Amino acid sequence: MQLTNRSKVVTKPEMTFVEKLYLPAIFSGLGITIKHLFKKKATLKYPEQTRQFAPVYRGMHVLKRDEQGRENCTACGLCAVSCPAEAITMDAAERKKGEEGLYREEKYAARYEINMLRCIYCGLCEEACPKDAIYLTDRIVPSEYSRGEFVFGKDVLVEKVDQRIDVSKRKKTYTI
Amino acid sequence: MAKVTIDGRTIEVPDGTTILQAARMIGPEVAPPTMCYYSKLKTSGGYCRTCLVEVTKGSEKDPRPMPKLVASCRTTVMDGMEVGNNTSPKVTEARKGVVEFLLLNHPLDCPICDQAGECHLQDLSYEHGSSKTRTDFERRTYDKIDIGEKIQLHMTRCVLCYRCVKVANQITDGRVHGVMNRGDHSEISTYVEQAIDNDFSGNMIDVCPVGALTDKTFRFKSRVWFTKPVTAHRNCEKCSGKVNLWYKGEEVLRVTGRKDQWGEVEEFICNTCRFDKKQTSDWTIEGPTVVNRHSVISANHYEVLAKPNEFKLNEVKPLPLKEGEKS
Repeated sequence: MQLTNRSKVVTKPEMTFVEKLYLPAIFSGLGITIKHLFKKKATLKYPEQTRQFAPVYRGMHVLKRDEQGRENCTACGLCAVSCPAEAITMDAAERKKGEEGLYREEKYAARYEINMLRCIYCGLCEEACPKDAIYLTDRIVPSEYSRGEFVFGKDVLVEKVDQRIDVSKRKKTYTI
Repeated sequence: MAKVTIDGRTIEVPDGTTILQAARMIGPEVAPPTMCYYSKLKTSGGYCRTCLVEVTKGSEKDPRPMPKLVASCRTTVMDGMEVGNNTSPKVTEARKGVVEFLLLNHPLDCPICDQAGECHLQDLSYEHGSSKTRTDFERRTYDKIDIGEKIQLHMTRCVLCYRCVKVANQITDGRVHGVMNRGDHSEISTYVEQAIDNDFSGNMIDVCPVGALTDKTFRFKSRVWFTKPVTAHRNCEKCSGKVNLWYKGEEVLRVTGRKDQWGEVEEFICNTCRFDKKQTSDWTIEGPTVVNRHSVISANHYEVLAKPNEFKLNEVKPLPLKEGEKS
């Protein structure tokens, strides 16, 4: 049954003697392979070499500290409630006397965990955060051997005081 | 009986009913928001001005409109009265101003506040307020006052609705706290830092529309939307024992009174139920509380979702054949 007029009749003519030798076809095929040796490589040697990321790239999260090295997160839970994958869990605690240099506000996240296998890197947590605390960076989540290791706690997520992570590309300023 | 029209919807109510009560009888679409009025507390209302409405026709006998916007919680209806609430641009404008005044000194510490998620001021400013502030002045602050083991007072968050004072006056016998000073300096305080040890003092947590009075035993334990409300009751000698338990996992984090659609508790509960009975074995559980799906508390709760129809392949029968058709 013919549905359209675009169908083509396939013909399979007898091959000539030169074609039957297959040598021209083999050499032209080899030629294509050799040509690719001199072309620019599509891959690169990760992790020695890394690609440049787009400024909108969303990779591993970071929990930021302020200029004085205090944690910004107050465990308000907005990231967790906005998370469509339900990857974030946290426990809050009250700041005690003498901890003013560690946490910016009265309340802080005693436990903050992101399940990196659940996370879909949508960036809604970053958008929901009222305290400038969570950002998605251009770092790639390292590979691990077991599922449990992908639940990242504060030890991995919070940036070190002496090793700040630059998020200036992702910072947004809203004007109302 | 008086016939009153609110936002184009007419209802007949008994004489002496306030405009607010009549609007609530019609339904939540026309009911003005309230911050200080509480139907279970006598003489409440009249402080916050959020329930302002425009009376476009005074009554059948005197059809002149009222010259100013009136507080609907304190104004009684007249026969033939016509009221504009959400449909009146004057009211919308005035309410925006009221919210701005309420937020003038209210700290923006919702990320820390335990009330966030069930805060009436949050809802009010979200629905009626503007998203920016015009004030250049420092917000009012207070020295911290410790009012006891069970209740936390944050004076900075208070909007002076007087509900807690009325609870202390009307529900408990002999109040030990009240409003001190005047005008801009007013503050809720207990006289001589007296601890509140009355059996029903915990109800001021429930009536507080903002996070000024919160449960100290729940302080920073969890955000409201991470907990799961469950309706439960127990035989209590002092109160009705009808409560909501707020679970996180297997743990009861908080006990509150049951709230109706206006955010008011149905029955006041005693401090024993509220603060001391935090075991599942203390309660008879009736089932999960139905939470409005627009509330953040219902986020990530799936118990009210309809389950899709399931069928087994073997049970599926082929459609009957039409005439002249072969299988």
